[in-house]
Amino acid sequence: MSETSVQPVLHIEDLSVGIADDPARTVVRGVGFDVRPGETVCVVGESGSGKSVTAFSVMGLLPPDSLRATRGRILLDGEDVLQASPERLRQLRATRMAMIFQEPMTALNPVETVGRQIDEVLCIHRDYDRRERRRRVLEMLAAVHLPEPERIFDSYPHQLSGGQRQRVVICIALILEPRLLIADEPTTALDVTTQKQILTLIRELQRKHNTAVLFITHDFGVVAEIADRVVVMNRGQVVEVGACRQILAAPARDYTRTLVSSVPSLVPAPRQPNQDEIVLDVRNLNKVYAERGLFRRSRVVKAAVDIDLTLRKGEILGIVGESGSGKSTVARCIVRLQDPTSGSIRIHGNEIGRTGGRELRPLRQRVQIVFQDPYRSLNPRVKVGESIIEGLINYGTPRTQALERARKLMDLVGLDATVLQRYPHQFSGGQRQRICIARALALEPDILVADEAVSALDVSVQAQVLALLDEIRVRTGIAVLFITHDLRVAAQVCDSIMVMQHGRMVERGSAAQVLTTPKDSYTRALIHAAPGRDWDFRHFRPMPAAAIQATAGT
Amino acid sequence: MNIDPARPGLQAGDPTALPLPAANALVVQLRQALKSPPVFAAFLIFGAVVALAIFAPLLGTSDPVAIDPARRLAGLTAEHWLGTDAYGRDTYSRVLYGARVSLIVGLGAMVASIVLGLVIGVIAGYFRTADSIIMRVMDGIMAIPSILLAIALVSLTGGSLVTVLVAITVPEIPRVVRLVRGVILNVRSEPYVEAAVSLGSPLHRLLLRHMVPNTVAPLIVQGTFIFASAILTEATLSFLGAGLPTEIPSWGNMMADGRMYFQLQPGLVLYPGIVLALTLLSVNVLGDVLRDVLDPKMARKS
Repeated sequence: MSETSVQPVLHIEDLSVGIADDPARTVVRGVGFDVRPGETVCVVGESGSGKSVTAFSVMGLLPPDSLRATRGRILLDGEDVLQASPERLRQLRATRMAMIFQEPMTALNPVETVGRQIDEVLCIHRDYDRRERRRRVLEMLAAVHLPEPERIFDSYPHQLSGGQRQRVVICIALILEPRLLIADEPTTALDVTTQKQILTLIRELQRKHNTAVLFITHDFGVVAEIADRVVVMNRGQVVEVGACRQILAAPARDYTRTLVSSVPSLVPAPRQPNQDEIVLDVRNLNKVYAERGLFRRSRVVKAAVDIDLTLRKGEILGIVGESGSGKSTVARCIVRLQDPTSGSIRIHGNEIGRTGGRELRPLRQRVQIVFQDPYRSLNPRVKVGESIIEGLINYGTPRTQALERARKLMDLVGLDATVLQRYPHQFSGGQRQRICIARALALEPDILVADEAVSALDVSVQAQVLALLDEIRVRTGIAVLFITHDLRVAAQVCDSIMVMQHGRMVERGSAAQVLTTPKDSYTRALIHAAPGRDWDFRHFRPMPAAAIQATAGT
Repeated sequence: MNIDPARPGLQAGDPTALPLPAANALVVQLRQALKSPPVFAAFLIFGAVVALAIFAPLLGTSDPVAIDPARRLAGLTAEHWLGTDAYGRDTYSRVLYGARVSLIVGLGAMVASIVLGLVIGVIAGYFRTADSIIMRVMDGIMAIPSILLAIALVSLTGGSLVTVLVAITVPEIPRVVRLVRGVILNVRSEPYVEAAVSLGSPLHRLLLRHMVPNTVAPLIVQGTFIFASAILTEATLSFLGAGLPTEIPSWGNMMADGRMYFQLQPGLVLYPGIVLALTLLSVNVLGDVLRDVLDPKMARKS
């Protein structure tokens, strides 16, 4: 290959990282790869694969009291980072390598203006005078396409949106034109449309300065979008290294194959239209948050405006939208964790939107919810079995009978009945989510609300949980309201989809209709922004042109 | 509503994401902490004070209130190990029985303020309408200097153990209420609490099973500080003459009595003073250890 003739910016060789107290236990073993100038190398892996630890080792940012590099070399332009003094590392970090993080809010200082934070970097590492520094900062703010650089310069981080903050972080990282940029899941916390913009921006700046980019991600869509080469990691080891196209089209290892093919397709599976009875009927649902202050003007936020939706028996309805679109508010109103401001919510004709207290209690068991974060959804002090039977006990089922039902449910969600005696911390995220589903199903509800229920899970686990939901739907005929920000997931499981933006419903229809012939411009923008849209992960090939056309909606 | 970023530590299969230390892990950590000499010393001292208080009658003491005019202000003798005071009362016996008083006051104030504070705090944290009223009352109590409040109470009703206990407990309650309310406010938006709501769990189960257990760890820690501060406040009140009746052997009373004879018999002030200081120091050290173990977020970085 001709590329090898170019001197790599970053050369990692046989890197092992061990736990400081017990160096025999390693979290990263024998990792090695190169990143060349102008190249984007994606490190992909599920959680716990050691991808972030590798990135932190390069930056010299391993927490010294818990992790330590035990073997190997990390050469940055030929200089071993692992041998560098703390002083030297600090110099290298700003001038030769820089890092951007997942959560831009925590990466910025909340009590200093954006301008000063960027200026600080220049102040320390360059001998420019005040005016020159300001000129350069403004130039850089313009280069990352922030509107009105002058205004942004004097803004505080909380006054900016998530995407704008990430742009500021990129400013700080790139203002000294480092040779290497490490991006650790920089778009994971952002909405898809913003993600697309940030990815384009990184690409653009990389071209301009011929920067080497090491991009950490768990999302194969993002990989397909930006990677030149891919490093697949699992359990602290490199599974496979190869050109992006090669990894996506012809992965050599089984692990890579499973990982790539677990990525849900954006093309909805063909489904029979559902003509079953209507279980849930929501009409004109409104939710307004009013902030009343003694000395402030009251502020009104319309989180949900005139939402209409119907859900039939055995149907999975997806509510799709970006953060702040009001999709969770709608879900929480239907579960009555929040009181709707106005409108009606009928389950089998029984109004639950307006009832409260005693009358609401028997109706509660008709609709159950599964939350996003499996680590906070189960009471850590209560045994799993007790959590599952809590609902049954509440509605008067005798204990022995409830436990019997819990054992059956464990079977349904694919766990062993012995787990009932254990505490939540003994389970992985995917297992916990199964337990949460079992708990929700214990009351035999008509409606299951899944609020981003698979968003915190790794793709392979995500695929299993989605399959489980579908299986349960088939076996019990339960109706599912599936809230998600991820169009791929929605395409995978939903019969019909409703798209929300700013608290309003912008489009509704069957999954096929919404995803292949979207009518609304916002829906189209969402679909366009989905990363890796032109790759058919399941079949290891590019999307047929016709399908892209179809999902693009002309 | 944010798409929860797949944070390291929050992700599936991450072995480091264990939320609570298990019970036996706590024991291991406490054992570990006891290996440090200052903590071990504190443990010994506090244990000794408790033992002295409990077994006071068996430890060669005489009646702590018996007056012996013939032997006033005696020095250290075989009969009176730490001498006698201005009324001829045995200092050694009074120090030991004084420990009883201090520990009873400390324990009583701790239990009373935690129980009352927990109940009020849960109500304030859970019922939003009650909250604003309760918290304003608590702010009001907090605005009054606690010693002043205690003196006022004692001078209104006369000094007795119960009055002193009330006087010490009342100013402590608002702090406990704030702590409990904060925890409840935090935990009520936890998904597992919301899940319990949608499972139709009745109020008592929501509170007792899902919310209140979260307050136990911070309350234990707060309790040790209340314990120490109650002992100190009682001594202060007694020393000022606003506490227990002077014949009752309490460290504060002894120091107040001995003050006038300091040049003749400095031990009358020093012995109860030293024991008081050691007790407070050891309780505070043990409280810090408990805090570090139960609340790792607040632990100092080593």
